Amino acid sequence: MLVLLILHLVAALSAPLLVRRWGPRACLLLALAPAATFGWAVAHTGAVRAGGAVVETYPWVPELQLDVALRVTTLSWLMLLLVGGVGALVLVYSARYFHAGSVGLARFAAVLVAFAGAMVGLVVSDDLLLLYVFWELTTVFSYLLIGHSTERRSSRWAAAQALTVTTLGGLAMLVGFLLLGHHVGSYRWSVVTAAPLPGGGYLVVAVLLVLTGALAKSAVFPFTSWLPVAMAAPTPVSAYLHAAAMVKAGVFLVGLLGPALAPAGPWRPVTVVAGLVTLVAGGWAALRQTDLKLLLAYGTVSQLGLLTVVLGAGTPKAALAGVAMLLAHALFKAALFLVVGILDHSAGSRDLRDLSGVGRSAPVLATVAALAAASMAGVPPLLGFVAKEAVLGAFTGRPVVLAGLVVGSALTVAYSIRFLWGAFASRPGVEVTDVEPPPAAMLVPPALLAVAGFAAGPAAGWLGGLLRPYAELFGPVEEKLALWHGPTAALGLSAVVLAGGVVLHLVRGPLAPALTRLRAPVGGNQGYEWITHRFDRFAIEVTGATQRGALPQYLGTVLVVLVLVPGGAMLLTRPWRTGIAVWDNPTQLVVCVVIAVAALLAVGARRRLTAMLLVGVTGYGTAMMFVLYGAPDVALTQFLVETATIAVFVLVLRRLPERFSARPLRRSRWVRRGIGVAAGLVMAGLALAAAGARREPSVSAAFPDLAVAQGYGRNVVNVTLVDIRAWDTMGEIAVLVVTATGVASLIFERSRTGPRPRRPGPVRSRRDRRTVWLRGGATLHERRRSIVFEVVTRLIFHTVLLFSLFLLFSGHNSPGGGFSGGLVAGLALTVRYLAGGRYELAESAPVGAGTVLGAGLAVSVGSGALGLLLSGQVLESVKINLWLPLVGHFYLVTSLFFDIGVYLVVVGLVLDILRSLGAEVDRHVEAAGEPARGLAVQREGESS
Amino acid sequence: MTRGEAGPTLVLVIAVGVLVATGVTLLLERSLTRILLGVILLGNGVNLLILLGGRSGAAPLVGTVPASAMSDALPQAMVLTAVVITFGLTAFLLAVAYRSWYLSGDDEVQDDLEDRQVVRLAERNEVSTADLGGEGPDNDPEQVDPEPALRRLRRRGEEQ
Repeated sequence: MLVLLILHLVAALSAPLLVRRWGPRACLLLALAPAATFGWAVAHTGAVRAGGAVVETYPWVPELQLDVALRVTTLSWLMLLLVGGVGALVLVYSARYFHAGSVGLARFAAVLVAFAGAMVGLVVSDDLLLLYVFWELTTVFSYLLIGHSTERRSSRWAAAQALTVTTLGGLAMLVGFLLLGHHVGSYRWSVVTAAPLPGGGYLVVAVLLVLTGALAKSAVFPFTSWLPVAMAAPTPVSAYLHAAAMVKAGVFLVGLLGPALAPAGPWRPVTVVAGLVTLVAGGWAALRQTDLKLLLAYGTVSQLGLLTVVLGAGTPKAALAGVAMLLAHALFKAALFLVVGILDHSAGSRDLRDLSGVGRSAPVLATVAALAAASMAGVPPLLGFVAKEAVLGAFTGRPVVLAGLVVGSALTVAYSIRFLWGAFASRPGVEVTDVEPPPAAMLVPPALLAVAGFAAGPAAGWLGGLLRPYAELFGPVEEKLALWHGPTAALGLSAVVLAGGVVLHLVRGPLAPALTRLRAPVGGNQGYEWITHRFDRFAIEVTGATQRGALPQYLGTVLVVLVLVPGGAMLLTRPWRTGIAVWDNPTQLVVCVVIAVAALLAVGARRRLTAMLLVGVTGYGTAMMFVLYGAPDVALTQFLVETATIAVFVLVLRRLPERFSARPLRRSRWVRRGIGVAAGLVMAGLALAAAGARREPSVSAAFPDLAVAQGYGRNVVNVTLVDIRAWDTMGEIAVLVVTATGVASLIFERSRTGPRPRRPGPVRSRRDRRTVWLRGGATLHERRRSIVFEVVTRLIFHTVLLFSLFLLFSGHNSPGGGFSGGLVAGLALTVRYLAGGRYELAESAPVGAGTVLGAGLAVSVGSGALGLLLSGQVLESVKINLWLPLVGHFYLVTSLFFDIGVYLVVVGLVLDILRSLGAEVDRHVEAAGEPARGLAVQREGESS
Repeated sequence: MTRGEAGPTLVLVIAVGVLVATGVTLLLERSLTRILLGVILLGNGVNLLILLGGRSGAAPLVGTVPASAMSDALPQAMVLTAVVITFGLTAFLLAVAYRSWYLSGDDEVQDDLEDRQVVRLAERNEVSTADLGGEGPDNDPEQVDPEPALRRLRRRGEEQ
């Protein structure tokens, strides 16, 4: 069986190539895959005939106890015959149905074969979860097949509707399967049925859910609406999916699960009621149709209702009748759909109001159709008659159900006649339709199906013997399938049904007003549309209410949750300790007051510069707190970062409006402040709670010893950064590189590589003896230039750079390190830029920022690799002893190179920011023709 | 320098609270500059909070004081990287603010246009208009073409 699945997969994958090469004729070759299924089933007839099973098991996901467990018994054997046989015939038919060069033919062929494979998988699965997988595969493939004409709205609509309905059903079914499997302890159906099912409320729920899936797939009430709409599919698809294969999957599931689940609670009432309603209402709706394809579609709905009643009944007699009906229906309905396709091609219409006299011009086609329709109506001696009579015979003990069946069957007879009359009869007043002779390749498949239904009638006894093992699952079988049982009640009822159908057809004129008026419950699509429309509206309302598109609202929601959940938990548990010191050190109080005042003023500030400077004050205050807490490294970095931040801010603020735009409404301001205060209180509470939360000793207790012994450094924080937790730092400098690139890409409209700005022309001739402090300074506007600033910059620049290197190298043993060193160097560059402008920046750093960033990252990674080479572990510090004349013995630690990389990355970041937000923005200013504004130039009267 | 065995002091907790409260208030504004200042304030507050996770003490330099008197180095290392990352983020947001000003003349964060469209649809009690166009059933001989739900429901509403 696995071979069959693989064969279909290969065929589906190669279909596009084959179609490209041979056009529609490739379908003939592809038909071999379903034909192989048919052949396989025929070859294994003997094995299942005696009630045995063909079993194959392959391990798949052992953790989930999910195996590819395949099992063929009588019911699945029958389905294999149908899926394979009809599939092959439909593909042969498609070879002529489609013209060479039809749009999407390659996809169609591939998907149809894949669908056949999925159907094979579905019917042979023994594992319920595997069955579900194939079930949904058929749904997906049917979506693609129904939506074949992608350019047509109707086609897309129909595909989406089929997908929505069957998938929802499938999901319900999956939950049902999970319930069953959970309670039984196995998903293997053969195992589940081996012992009586454990009872309980779950079983009722599981049965309802599984039936939902089965009924949705088979378009049984209340899920009927998708099937008539799905007739938007090409006719071969309708013949295959909507007659023989996919819609049968639901009925197949009912038949498969019936032996175990039929006795359970709601099974019988649900199948009987839903089935009878569908049978009668579908047949009634079919009488109304003028489109022959739609007529067949409603007929299919009706027949699926019948099959649901019969296979759901759970008695041996009904089971035997049900499988016979399953076979008969597939044979006649697929044949009829194919006939409609031929009519569509040859006569140019399939609306019975346009057709007249087709029977005379296409007698063979008419004969084929008549055979199939007679089987549908249950005319002896065809298979349809045998099955219908068995069905009636199985329900003689249940008069109410029997009455429903008789009415439904009479309607079936009526629409069968209507089909033949509509398609082939000569009608007065209608022009005789021109019919091209149908090609033989299209005529053969329906003819074969119709003849099979004709031949199977007399061979009913033999057929019954083959199908018997399925019925025996329900108990001992006394009944036999036969053409002639003698004068029984069923025979009488069959006669009543046929007569009733003929009468219904004869009174079609007077009946017409009733037909148009009485449409419920399967007449239209309103239910589905109403639900989807409501759903769409609901989605719009929910989205509109929750996603207003405003950033403050989203952030507010997040923060309110932060306040409510952890804050509420904190109020309930009160995890903080009582008795807390006010301060360690009175200076903390002073700093705290400064921070608090500056922060509060920053919230109210109206000018950008004021707000920024106040925030800067809180930053310096925080740095002081770090100092007082005993964290000199952090404090140093914080001081430097705060300074650099102010510089960068100033670079941008010179371009933005001086004041913030008008404040919004007072109310929303108070809401914001309320959220702010609440968040502040929660965080303060967290700070208190966290202090009391420590139960285990900190990992950092060992850091001082580790720093000396393995990191060869005395500054524990720095060793932590470059050795103990070096991976963190590696990630962080990578982030810095990304940030720098992001800044540059936001500002530069062109590539930032290429020649850097050089000052335009020589500003100093060799004869000019005047001292030039900064060479780029001459390029500045006189008003911006400050000679004192230039002189100071010239004097301190190299000293500051040297200091940054000192911080870098001494950082391993005393406060400092790559971060602070890099920031100091960056500040030196900033000062140079501020004093001399963008040409000066290019003079002082004649390398690209990207180069510096890349070099830094490379050095850091390289030092990690060095550790790998020297000690076998990435980023491991290694001590290298060296000797130099005059200096004497000294040592280097490899993590120093890592820190050098960090230093370079930070320098590169600052350089990139200066190039982007400084130099490039200068260029924008100049390009815009505005005078470059000095930093200190007041811009009164220019507020927004 | 006192030994912080008793955990954080009230002053530090208040500083965290004030920084977070003011940071959050600014974060909820529309102006990118204010949002950025909010991020910085929030960052300072949270950095302080992380630092409070370890004990205070003397600078963690081996050899200057005994290890038991040192402050906790681990949160310091974390905060140090966080400080530098905040700097990178600041520069990035400033670049965004500049870009926004460059393109639209201010640095306000605008509402998302598509979200506003959905809100308008909700106010007008309509559905999304996807896939309601296309050909009618008459142009489509091989198809069974249901009328779009919206149109039919509307028409029914007019009839009533």
